[in-house]
Amino acid sequence: MEYSYTISGGDFTHAGEASSHLKRILKSLNLDPVLIRRTVVALYEAEVNVVAHAWNGKVMVDISPDEIVIVVKDAGPGIEDIERAMQKGYSTASPTVREMGFGAGMGLFNMKSNSDSLEIKSDPGVGTEVRIVNKIS
Amino acid sequence: MTLRNLIAELDLRVFAEGRDLDRKIAGGYASDLLSDVMGHAQQDTLWITLQNHLNVVAVASLKDLAGIILVHGQDPAPEVLQKAVEEGIALLGTPDPTFETCARISLILSRDEEDSR
Repeated sequence: MEYSYTISGGDFTHAGEASSHLKRILKSLNLDPVLIRRTVVALYEAEVNVVAHAWNGKVMVDISPDEIVIVVKDAGPGIEDIERAMQKGYSTASPTVREMGFGAGMGLFNMKSNSDSLEIKSDPGVGTEVRIVNKIS
Repeated sequence: MTLRNLIAELDLRVFAEGRDLDRKIAGGYASDLLSDVMGHAQQDTLWITLQNHLNVVAVASLKDLAGIILVHGQDPAPEVLQKAVEEGIALLGTPDPTFETCARISLILSRDEEDSR
């Protein structure tokens, strides 16, 4: 099953809608609650990153009997130093974003700890692509 | 301890009842950082926060939290309340600040645990 969603940069009002929708789908498939929570947390963090940093983005979800594959691709400033961005506490979020309780430098860390596999590819000045895979056991 | 009993004991304001007032509360989590809550809050815990915007409801819903307590006598922003009702998330309020709220909840939960032994 495939689903796709669009994300607009800066639109915090709708941040998390893809995650909420995916959660309902995964629940209807009767998947393990822990797997569902891990998957939607990872997607939520990816969504918030697009809203907080990029201009726009797209979420593509593919659910097969074995795994859930999520690709979040954005057009945006990209990540200069992915290794550094993965470090807990490192953030380039704006003060406005921080006031909302985001930008504590935990997003990518949360994404990693809630996915079985996380790949990040980024082209500075062009955009970022994040691929999250969670196995269905 | 159920949500209903805790609301009565702490005299909390109820802005939205959520899906089930009789759901059990596993504990609490206090934080104003959404990614912290995303990373660390456990399911069925009550989230104590002063953050009052839409994303709070999204986080509570995605993490299967028992509910949200807004501190400092805040009324929820109208869109926050609407979203909480839509998502079936309990949205509560207290005039107290975070520390006092947590202390009282902690006391009630530990007493409840002793009683049930």
